[in-house]
Amino acid sequence: MGLISNGTTIFDAGAISLGGSMTFIKKLTASSSASLQFIHGSSGVVFDSTYKEYVFTFKNIHPQTDNSSLTFQVSTNGGTSYGVNTTTTYFRGQHEEDGSSSSLTYVGSDDIADDTGFIPLSEDCGNDNDQNCSGIMSIFNPADTTFVKHWLHNMSAMQRNDYAFNEFMGGYFNTTSAINAVKFEFGAGAIDAGDICLYGIK
Amino acid sequence: MGIISNGTTLLDAGAIDSGIASGAMVLLSTLTASNSATLDFTSGITSTYKEYMFKYINVHPSANNTSTFFGFQVDTGTNTNYAQTMTTTHFRGAHSEADNHATVQVGADRDQAEGTALQSLAYAVGGNADECISGTMSLFDPASSTFVKHFLSRANVYYEADITMDSFTAGYVNTTTALTRVRFKMTGGNIESGIIKMYGIV
Repeated sequence: MGLISNGTTIFDAGAISLGGSMTFIKKLTASSSASLQFIHGSSGVVFDSTYKEYVFTFKNIHPQTDNSSLTFQVSTNGGTSYGVNTTTTYFRGQHEEDGSSSSLTYVGSDDIADDTGFIPLSEDCGNDNDQNCSGIMSIFNPADTTFVKHWLHNMSAMQRNDYAFNEFMGGYFNTTSAINAVKFEFGAGAIDAGDICLYGIK
Repeated sequence: MGIISNGTTLLDAGAIDSGIASGAMVLLSTLTASNSATLDFTSGITSTYKEYMFKYINVHPSANNTSTFFGFQVDTGTNTNYAQTMTTTHFRGAHSEADNHATVQVGADRDQAEGTALQSLAYAVGGNADECISGTMSLFDPASSTFVKHFLSRANVYYEADITMDSFTAGYVNTTTALTRVRFKMTGGNIESGIIKMYGIV
């Protein structure tokens, strides 16, 4: 049953519109997980033309293995295979806990050039009990079939040697096929703990 | 028909009561380009929200050359000059598909010092069929009559020479008059396609 007030549908079919434009879609919690995957149409995940922007938030992502890098890949076939040609940038500000070193640097070893490999999201993560990385990533209009797909990411990480990393990444998936799945994993070892949440922006 | 629960009006006259909590990010309007000289937001920018967020998604130029850039200007009242004075910064990370160019650098050619020109948000955008820009800009408290108005933008660009460019632009509009209008446009051609959405942040 729906409810119509003054000609406006307030709620119907189990949904109500309250005017917000950012919609929570799915949270995945790691528990020594080899990877965390968001696949459209699976386990309640929406990742299609419903939204023009999808936002992932990373909270307290903790690696099982020290000195490992958090990475991601996307899929155009519902997660059957991953690896879409991507060109990216990576630069970061960093500062050591003892104050002895600070810099802003482009890191060529953490970008990729029209490559299908894993895309770094956080470099040299530490696995001490309190070490982790947290951040936010946007993927714009992944269902589009005309243009490349842009994405932007920013991560704050506690690096294995006790540096604060402020990491900036961006790029485009060089495909005009719709992207419908995203996978996150560490370069070595499992995702020991942490949450990744997916939101859609109307 | 309205609904009142325990003395509190929940909805009436086709709208959820303003006292009911809803999402904090509210979509106010969407402009869709169709070989458009400009995309102008001329209403809805008031003191209702302390932050206005603009999302540019798959913005595609009609021209393809190095002098083309996507930018914005603002104005007050019902004026249409779009020539408010700004002081801005711009820096960017860039990486080519051919892997022969990678850098993070200040782009002094894209900033203004008390200038009144169109402020670049993304430059040398490719005009090939799959090339475009996507990103986000926040404009803070445009209705203030005391302070200058700050803005922050981050966009990823498919540069016309097949380079991904993570573009950071920020600054302030140096006026204490309320801003009511925002214009987006390309130099060297039109906005052939793409959408720009404006949100209010509670």
